[in-house]
Amino acid sequence: MSRLRRAFARIVSFVFRNRQEANFEDEMAAHLEMAIDENIERGMSVVEARRQAMLRFGTLDQARYHHREARSFMRVDLLMQDLKYTVRTLRRDPGFTIVAVLILGLAIGANIAVFSVVNTLMLRPLPFPSAQQLVWIAPPPAKCGLSCATYSTDAYDEFRMYTRSYQDVTGYFAFSSPGNLSLKLGGAPIPATSIDVIANFFNVLGVTPAMGRTFTPDDARNGAAPVIVLSNAWWRRQFNADPSIIGKAFDMNGQQTTVIGVLPADFDFGAVFSPGAKVDAITPLNLYGPPRNWGNIITLIGRLKPGVSMGQAVSDAEAAAPHMCWNNNNPNTCGTYTGAVVPVALKDYVSGKLRRALVVLWSAVAMILLIACVNLSNLLLARAASRSKEFAMRGALGAGRGRIIRQLLTESLVLSSGGALVGLLLADLLVSWLAHQGSVALPLLGLLQIDRTALAWTVLIAVSSAVVFGFVPGLRMAAGNLYEALKDSGPGAGLGRKHERTRSILVISEVALACMLLVGAGLLLRSFLHVLDVDLGFQPDRAAAIKVDYNDNAPTNDASVEKRTAIFQQVISRVSAIPGVEAAGISDYLPLDRNRSWGLPLPKGVKPPEKQPDGPLVYVVTPGYIRALGARLKGRDFTWNDGPHSQPVVLIDSGYAHYLAQLANWHDDNVVGQLLDNGPGPGLRIAGVVDTVREESTEAPTGWQIYYPMTQATPSAAELVVRTQLPPAALAGSVLRTLRDINPNQTAAEFRPLQLLVDHANSPRRFFMLLVAAFATLGLLLAALGIYGVISYTVTRQTQEIGIRMALGATAAIVQRKVLVGTVRLALIGVIVGAVASLFAAKLIATLLFATSPWDLPTYLGMGALLIAVAAISGFLPARRASRVDPMVALRSN
Amino acid sequence: MSPEKLDLLQGTLDLMVLQTLAVMGSMHGYGIARRIEQVSADEVLLNQGTIYASLVRLEQRGWISSSWGVSGNNRKARFYAITKGGRRQLAADARHWERLTGVMDRVLSMDTDEEPA
Repeated sequence: MSRLRRAFARIVSFVFRNRQEANFEDEMAAHLEMAIDENIERGMSVVEARRQAMLRFGTLDQARYHHREARSFMRVDLLMQDLKYTVRTLRRDPGFTIVAVLILGLAIGANIAVFSVVNTLMLRPLPFPSAQQLVWIAPPPAKCGLSCATYSTDAYDEFRMYTRSYQDVTGYFAFSSPGNLSLKLGGAPIPATSIDVIANFFNVLGVTPAMGRTFTPDDARNGAAPVIVLSNAWWRRQFNADPSIIGKAFDMNGQQTTVIGVLPADFDFGAVFSPGAKVDAITPLNLYGPPRNWGNIITLIGRLKPGVSMGQAVSDAEAAAPHMCWNNNNPNTCGTYTGAVVPVALKDYVSGKLRRALVVLWSAVAMILLIACVNLSNLLLARAASRSKEFAMRGALGAGRGRIIRQLLTESLVLSSGGALVGLLLADLLVSWLAHQGSVALPLLGLLQIDRTALAWTVLIAVSSAVVFGFVPGLRMAAGNLYEALKDSGPGAGLGRKHERTRSILVISEVALACMLLVGAGLLLRSFLHVLDVDLGFQPDRAAAIKVDYNDNAPTNDASVEKRTAIFQQVISRVSAIPGVEAAGISDYLPLDRNRSWGLPLPKGVKPPEKQPDGPLVYVVTPGYIRALGARLKGRDFTWNDGPHSQPVVLIDSGYAHYLAQLANWHDDNVVGQLLDNGPGPGLRIAGVVDTVREESTEAPTGWQIYYPMTQATPSAAELVVRTQLPPAALAGSVLRTLRDINPNQTAAEFRPLQLLVDHANSPRRFFMLLVAAFATLGLLLAALGIYGVISYTVTRQTQEIGIRMALGATAAIVQRKVLVGTVRLALIGVIVGAVASLFAAKLIATLLFATSPWDLPTYLGMGALLIAVAAISGFLPARRASRVDPMVALRSN
Repeated sequence: MSPEKLDLLQGTLDLMVLQTLAVMGSMHGYGIARRIEQVSADEVLLNQGTIYASLVRLEQRGWISSSWGVSGNNRKARFYAITKGGRRQLAADARHWERLTGVMDRVLSMDTDEEPA
């Protein structure tokens, strides 16, 4: 109790220290006067009385010191003193201060930014209440795309019915295409993207709207009035943040749709569930309407009951799976999901795959920070050497070793605090830039910000780096020999030698760290280049796609096909007539975009194999699409004569063709013209074989493909692909005008170069590669700076020695060569150490590499050579300076 | 100062100050210092200035209180008085001190007794 009270009193006393000091001065004065009075009474002279009083009291300063120590925080007082002194010394040397703060700022800034990324993507829970309860329920990975990663609406119902460990389960329609919403506000229709969700979606996630309400089961019933919930961003952008928008109705897809809610700014559907995509609005999914017969269409998201473990959730789902039917009307399909209902933590689904990349990124910036610390150690060491006399003097005047170390650490802390401030500024710029990289397919990126955790992290790394870089110079200084330093020690003294060795070790470690960074970046860069080199099966350059709005509603299927054929024929012939257009064709899905599968057609008359592989991805296309895509075709393309009543034809990809050929004992060249079984009917004639297209990822072939003609199968959308000799953007206007001409209701859809789809697929790799490369460059720069600093300092110290050598006949070339050789020797040792360390570290990034060995010799050699070249350049300036030493001047100075 | 004087043990000054205030009532720093010197018959080595550190410590713990007043010969001085908590603390410290001196006595007398053996 009394201790607490005393601590409080000390704080108060520290705050009011000026008044307390004054009080104490009064008290001491009164004390002395009373003592003098008493002494005079005893018969002393006035002078003697004062002398005796002072003698009994002790020195005033000592009393003040003890009083202050007892009263308040001596350490804080000392700290203030140290701080004042530090600021004064740093201001006297602005060059050093600016360089030091900048180096630290760059390193700390990179660290804060990456920490924010790591924190958002990996450390922090997802932005939902009790996010740890949320699970993503999906089958294990398959080759048949989204259709094999989703469930039917019947399966959804049964899953809810047969499980106990879930509070509730929800889901969304996984096949919504970008630009599926056409908003009419008077002028030309505006394209937007909406996602259909099960009515309880927001309740399960725990998202409350910023305005209005979210869906109720009534909104998703047959015949319910159309309603929509807007994303915060779209509400601001398209509706000018209209505060009274709730209850207003707009023409969307030709229906008066009422806005019932606006989502909060911190909920972004795309950021969590489909990285890199922009989702403008959410609409309710009618589970009991037409979607009932669409097969696998929804993804499942569940919220576990409190206290339910992941293991329980998994076995619960496993037990429910046999009860789940693809379609309740068809009992054969019950149990098709057995083994394919696996919950994983939603967070793992969203960002689990990125963990390794993030750890690598984190290590990279940690290395940057280490390099910066080594640099700072070096700078401080050089500075300390020139200040050794100052410290010796302070030591001689009675400063303890601890006090001097404390002073040096204070300096380090001030520098690193300055660095942290600069770093925060830089990180803020970097983070807000990253947050606006909407096209990078990384989750949660838009939610990036420097939050309180990041600030705490900043303080932590600032303090720890201050301790790290201040420690070695601090020890060195404090251990200095007073006498040695005070006498006018010349160059080459023992202390200088020892410093030199410390500095060499620091330079070597700096080069080694930079080498590791460069090798890592080099390996990632080579992987990226290999990915760019991959044969995608189609030519993304000089081709672009635009979504075509059409209406083929008709009473019968035949009439619908006829209507559609007429529209598409017109679109393709008009667009092909635009100057510069080489080929044009329509497909409902594009490569590296969405996909689906319809099962596995097998050769007619061949017994199906025991274990069927995943079915091919399905594309419903027009004649000319394969050419427009730039894929190679063996056999013939579809023609407009492949009508609804003629022989059904398909195109298949070479991988699928190879599988079928083996199954049916066809010759590989003999696949074209064969018949595939499609249940009742004349079978599907294989009209041609197309090169396998990279559909899901640029880095590995995934599923097979099958193409159906739009005249024989129903497309789910229409993406017009145009191949041109011009840059695709040049065509955007004329293509859209043509489409408008044909259909006044055509939305102003985006004209997307196919390269954009490829870039989108490559964006996470490019993102990480660029960041690591940027950090490696920064590391190289810092290392170069460090080498320059040390060599330059050494040359300055050796000016006299060099002068003597030159006086004895050494030529400028010899002097220059000696300095350069010394530099390169240090760099070489550093490179060797770094390369050996990289051999081990590279294994950690092996999973991030593509077609590149972690021990890729060219990368190691190239990066080593680069480092040595940079070291040589950094050493060249001081070397030249050394060669220009004038012996006379050098010998006379000092 | 003469080398024969006793160096004060850590913490003993605080105890002396408390005891002085408990017996003498309200006093200023100079008075306390003089009183301790008189009682110890000038046997302790006391820099009068150090008494103030002790006073601050005791006051911050709430064992004494202080107020400005006027001394016997009309000088403005700060007067200190022991509080209730201070009396409790004094009693506890005095007990502790007696035990300690008792133990020291026994230990030291043992030393002389057993020397012949």
